[in-house]
Amino acid sequence: MDTVETTTPRPHQESAAPRPVGESVTRLDAHEKVTGEALFADDLQFGPNMLYARIKRSPHPHARILKIDASRALALPGVKTVVTGQSTPGFIGLYLKDRHIFCTDRARFVGDPVAGVAATTEEIAEKALDLIDVEYEVLPPVLDPEEGVRPDAELLHPELGSYEVANFIFPQPGTNIPNLFKIRKGDVDKALSEAAAVVHHSFRVPHVQHVPIEPHVAIAKVDERGRVTLWGSSQSPFAQRNLIASALGISQADLEVVAPYVGGGFGCKAGVSMEALAVAIAMQVRGRPVKLRLTREEEFYTTFVRQGLVAHFTMACDAEGNLTAMDNKFFWDGGAYAEYGVNMTRGAGYSSSGPYDVPNVRTDSYCVYTNHPVGGPMRGFGQPEMQCGLEQCINRLALEIGMDPMEFRRRNCVKEGSNLVTGMKMHATGIGECLEKAAEAIGWGHKDPPSAPHKRRGKGIAAMWKAPAMSPNAGSSAWIEMSEDGKCTLGLGGQEIGQGTFTVMAQMAAAALGIPYDWVRIASPVDTKYSPYEWQTVASRLTWSMGNAVVAATKDARRQILELVARSWEETPEDLDIVNGNVISAKSGRSSSLKGLVVYGLARPGDQGWIGGPILGRGSFMPTYVTGLDPETGQGERAVVHYTTGAQAIEIEVDLETGRVEVLRGASAFDMGKAINPDLVRVQMEGGLVQGISTALFESLQLQDGVVRNPSFVDYRIATSADAPRDMQSIIVEVPQDDGPFGARGVGEHSMVPTMPAIANAIHDALGIHPGAPPFTAEKVYLAMVDAGLVK
Amino acid sequence: MAHHRISVTVNGSVESVDVPSNMTLLTMLREKLGLTGTKNGCTAGECGACTVFLNDEPVNSCLVLAVECDGAEVRTVESLARKGKLDPVQQSVIDHNAVQCGFCTPGVLISARALLDRNPDPSEEEIRDALVGNLCRCTGYVRILDAVKDAAQVGAASETGGSR
Repeated sequence: MDTVETTTPRPHQESAAPRPVGESVTRLDAHEKVTGEALFADDLQFGPNMLYARIKRSPHPHARILKIDASRALALPGVKTVVTGQSTPGFIGLYLKDRHIFCTDRARFVGDPVAGVAATTEEIAEKALDLIDVEYEVLPPVLDPEEGVRPDAELLHPELGSYEVANFIFPQPGTNIPNLFKIRKGDVDKALSEAAAVVHHSFRVPHVQHVPIEPHVAIAKVDERGRVTLWGSSQSPFAQRNLIASALGISQADLEVVAPYVGGGFGCKAGVSMEALAVAIAMQVRGRPVKLRLTREEEFYTTFVRQGLVAHFTMACDAEGNLTAMDNKFFWDGGAYAEYGVNMTRGAGYSSSGPYDVPNVRTDSYCVYTNHPVGGPMRGFGQPEMQCGLEQCINRLALEIGMDPMEFRRRNCVKEGSNLVTGMKMHATGIGECLEKAAEAIGWGHKDPPSAPHKRRGKGIAAMWKAPAMSPNAGSSAWIEMSEDGKCTLGLGGQEIGQGTFTVMAQMAAAALGIPYDWVRIASPVDTKYSPYEWQTVASRLTWSMGNAVVAATKDARRQILELVARSWEETPEDLDIVNGNVISAKSGRSSSLKGLVVYGLARPGDQGWIGGPILGRGSFMPTYVTGLDPETGQGERAVVHYTTGAQAIEIEVDLETGRVEVLRGASAFDMGKAINPDLVRVQMEGGLVQGISTALFESLQLQDGVVRNPSFVDYRIATSADAPRDMQSIIVEVPQDDGPFGARGVGEHSMVPTMPAIANAIHDALGIHPGAPPFTAEKVYLAMVDAGLVK
Repeated sequence: MAHHRISVTVNGSVESVDVPSNMTLLTMLREKLGLTGTKNGCTAGECGACTVFLNDEPVNSCLVLAVECDGAEVRTVESLARKGKLDPVQQSVIDHNAVQCGFCTPGVLISARALLDRNPDPSEEEIRDALVGNLCRCTGYVRILDAVKDAAQVGAASETGGSR
């Protein structure tokens, strides 16, 4: 089943799933967010005992730290402590532990934390930073990933071979390569020599920033026994508990992370970025809350960046337009520490064919240490950057053999049973339907005249796929507890970061239990002390993974209720059902409200005691079937849990006088298995499309000698209300996921994956110029038109 | 740092507040009065998350010093709903799914309400212009534009109803 919808809200759609799954119910969090009542981390009040922290940062991209003298800072009235790397000797890192909380012997990027101050006011803390004297020995920096892999490159982590690392990451000791992921499938050289057409192109995709409107903030408090509470804007409260506790050598049970609403994440609030700094400082001033709030400037250069990529593609097809070979080399600018970069390198590798059936593939995907800001996850986790070049090459190959680029994609896209790039067999997928519907939505094949003589129009299309890139055994858990009147509270550990997860979890719980949607409350804020475990709010994995845990917990509660009532009514649970909050019997026709019985149980006849008790359902989910991949070939039985696929088609107009590219309309079609809340899926597609347009047309973190030159909203422009295209179509395609709740799989990140290449392909259609790497700014497009002789 | 005692009307109630010379209106609202609905996104007047009414004009409260507000009238997002009834623009934002993370929402609502107060029937271009200083990274803006447009129609309908 599928629906085609425009951006205006539509009535609830018909659905085979139990209500309210498949209905566009109102977001649970909307009311408190429009009244200003919703609490974000910076809104929490800690009273006059709170201290303010600021961070002294390295001004050098690469330097040895010879001496730190904090005596002048400590003498400043109001300064309570200065913390340096001496206090934080432990290592921290998600997949590869290569970092200290504060630098110890060397600083590896401009912004690397060298010391932290806590003082009674933010102004005093800021002033104290100038009074900390740091003596550096400046070292030569590595500022390009292709330079970084050369044998004579300056080594940034000489200790790489001794770091603790996850078993699916392959560091190369003695180099700047914390991970090298390889694919060797078929015979690429033979296929290239026999091909009817071959294209070869390279792309340098720049760093960009996530730019949540809420900056990072963390408040930490440590009690006299060393037990820690951390409040923060976080996508990963449980991962923070684990990583910070192990870096500090304390028990995970003694570190409580409280995580209220997140004011935009997009990946930059996943894992640990700045939160451990607040904890390390709070360790030195026990009993006092310490607040660290990043400035917007720090937000741009000290937190995770979407890492830069240098990508080289060679791809070939036969005369009929069948893809025969791909030969790819990716050099990821991982930055100073590996963090998520090592796994993006891996994800790009196991998705390096794009969503196509290609018999011969050779890929080398290198994560490279550089003296740039730390690469982290950003919406799409490497796929927008990688598929930016890949999908432009697909277009060029199609045109090379004279085939329509949309037809070329439809012919080659993966299908159920396709032998994927890792040897995994593809599951059922709706990518062909996504391509057709997206193309149809913008009138593919038909060229409208431009709106003015000095403008040119063009249409472009791009397909995509993406799997959740995560630890193979990333788990979820949930509980559901009933209140006296039959309403319930759902415990979960995934974070509401704007994507609407609380709402869809409540919908799934209501559907699985048999109660109205508005009877479900979420136990929030997520608090690692009280909430059930959740790996992280990343990878578009919650609807699928946490959804499975929520459904399991709800079914557990439902079973307990039905068994209790069956026993009381002397019937069997199989004859009973819960409908709209009432237990009903198909056999006897009896009916009972849930009220009372879900807490107090039921009385035996004749005042002879009671049966039952408070209902508490629990459930968990963890994928158990993901296998390892051979380090030399990248081949294995099942590389990932599943792939979400989709396509975008975009129509643009280019102004020949200015080079400005305007997006006239964009159609997104994605296969998320089952839309639990169709309108929330559509707003993900719209928001992702505009974020994709923003990265395609405007965004680039300008790094010069390791320094970010545009760390403000004035110099780093993101899309505004003036830039959003009026005509956005969001198309839902539903080919069910076999192990997803109600058939669902994730769709949050995917909508910005194909946008950059779809716009690039549209620019080519309009001008006959291949714009290459983003951003396709007016200046860049204008100069390209001058070079091509289109304008003088 | 010199301190000043100022008198300012915030959301209809007169407050006497002791503020240092360098304190912004934003900090005063959030830290002195506990009105945390107004958000701090950049402290530089670039993102619009801190937009409030100052004497009926929308301003970036991070660019206004608290001492400048002596004798002034300030209204924040917390004032929009009256007696439990949402402002039409708040209701419309909910109805259009024009809120995601919600961090820009208070500023967006103030800018939108300011627009509708001075122009009850704005064109789409006028709505885009009025919101161009309110950055949103989640929604892609079009739902917000639709929500404001619909709120204008609701407002117009209720005025017609009131005059009958």
